[in-house]
Amino acid sequence: LEAGALSNPVLRARRNLTDRIGDPLLRGLSGLAAALAVAAIVGIVYEVIHIAWPAISAFGIGFVTTNDWNPVTENFGAAPFLYGTVVTSAIALLFAAPISIAISIYLTELAPSRLRRPVATLVDMLAAIPTVILGLWGILVLGPFMHDTIEPALQSVLGFLPIFSGDPSAFGYLTAAVILTIMVTPIITSVTREVFETVPGDLKEGAYALGATRWEMVREVVLPYSRAGIVGASILGLGRAIGEAIAVAQVIGGATAINVSLFHTGGTMAAQIASQFQGAPGALQKPSLAYLGLILLVFAVVVNVIARLIVQRGKLKDTDATLTEAEAL
Amino acid sequence: VSAPGGHALLLDRGNLKRRNRVNRAIEVASTIAALLAVAVLLLVVGSVLLKGLGALSIHFLTTPTGLFGDTSGGISNAIVGSAIMVGLAALMAIPVGLLVAIYTTEFAGPRFGHAVRFVLDILNGVPTIITGIFVFGLMVEGNKQSGFAASVALAIIMLPIVARTAQEVLALVPANLKEAAHALGIARWRSTVRITVPTAAGGLITGALLAVARVAGETAPLILLSSIYGQGVLTEPGEALASIPIFIFQSSESPSPEAHTQAWAAALILIAFVLVLNVVARAFYARSRKRLGA
Repeated sequence: LEAGALSNPVLRARRNLTDRIGDPLLRGLSGLAAALAVAAIVGIVYEVIHIAWPAISAFGIGFVTTNDWNPVTENFGAAPFLYGTVVTSAIALLFAAPISIAISIYLTELAPSRLRRPVATLVDMLAAIPTVILGLWGILVLGPFMHDTIEPALQSVLGFLPIFSGDPSAFGYLTAAVILTIMVTPIITSVTREVFETVPGDLKEGAYALGATRWEMVREVVLPYSRAGIVGASILGLGRAIGEAIAVAQVIGGATAINVSLFHTGGTMAAQIASQFQGAPGALQKPSLAYLGLILLVFAVVVNVIARLIVQRGKLKDTDATLTEAEAL
Repeated sequence: VSAPGGHALLLDRGNLKRRNRVNRAIEVASTIAALLAVAVLLLVVGSVLLKGLGALSIHFLTTPTGLFGDTSGGISNAIVGSAIMVGLAALMAIPVGLLVAIYTTEFAGPRFGHAVRFVLDILNGVPTIITGIFVFGLMVEGNKQSGFAASVALAIIMLPIVARTAQEVLALVPANLKEAAHALGIARWRSTVRITVPTAAGGLITGALLAVARVAGETAPLILLSSIYGQGVLTEPGEALASIPIFIFQSSESPSPEAHTQAWAAALILIAFVLVLNVVARAFYARSRKRLGA
């Protein structure tokens, strides 16, 4: 349209001056802004590698599997923090995904219609709470509760499992995992809820007409129809959990070794960077932390790309928009 | 879709009894899950209210933080610092984010537009601590911490939120409005600035407010970029500035109960700000969607 209208030189010459400047100006400015966004990603990757370089050349790929973090001997490895990140995020996802699906079932199928919006808004509000406040609550409220109630209870029933061995503690993997669960549940819920709402009503009615109970209808219609959205949302939640630095740093205890017991203190990559980077002494500690950051960045990007691809492959064209919209809200 | 099954006609026994029991169990579990989420929200907000309200006073809001370990001060320096850093970040991110959205919806072809959206999604997924490392390398290393460096990091975190929500609402602007403008020979930039953007204003404000709410509580990058600051109320962005999230973080790590009380009070201020901003943003969003007929 634009090209057609402006290819005529007479028309072009007769356009007034502001338009002749305005069009290329807006196009140029907005193109520059888009380029800036691309430059930010490139810059992030470059800077992280740049700062990490001394550690990358000192430790190589073996850094990933080295189970040591010793500032005195300047021997650093990522294994304790990789372990912590994977364990806490996996537990968080294990809790958060089913809970989010259950909340979405409640919000789309069960709740009285005048309750749906308020309850959905309250769940979304949970996502808006700054993580530093969740961490504060984790230190002063959740931690003691885990220490006094939850962990002894787990131990009395499942104490024979090594992951529930040792003394209960207010800070550790499990407390961090619970905080992450609280953090990502509203994020996953907002997406799954929106996806559930796109399930065509006649499919649902068809299931009911065949005599399905409500749960059978959900299992046979809603869940299969929303599968891509659910998986995509869960992986996005996983990405959030992996990258959370502050709340985890506040409650995980800051240990630098792998511990099998979930009650034990530990560390994650993001939390380790947050608590050690500022003022890290020695020639290799800061680069090693940036190396952790590089691994974390790779994790985060891969997880995000996979989430988007799954959603797109699911051919839920709507969901792509929904993901970001729901995330932002 | 309402009442499932025909309880009244079918006798509830044998297989049907089992199916109804499973159904009931799932329904109860789903309701409990929803209650649990709301309960956790109330627990967290309740704790903040209960423990923060007592420590909140005019003195607390108007006095700068004392020396390390001295809890007789307040958070006036943190409030001012947060306002400066978040304000600067908003000044950078909102115009750039809006321009990115304009580029993808008005100028870029579908392929390139898609690529930019993808980049924004990736940027949105970058952990904020990594953004902190980036800006640290860019501005702080070999130099010193500064409020400005922190605001650059916050702006990078805001950018994808602003741009993506702006894209969504700009795409909702009815095509016939733009076509009418083009048919009248109105230049692209004029129709964008005078028609497309004003029509989508409500949604654009929503995105901007949500982005501000999100970074107001952002802590991780600030630890690297603006966490060691001088005494008193500082306003020079070239220096490291205090902030509410850093105050909460540092007080929460302290063993002293007085510091914890101060952390709760500061958390109350922050949570109130963030939640109010969210409610306002939602109101704009609802109005805008209604107006755009979506």
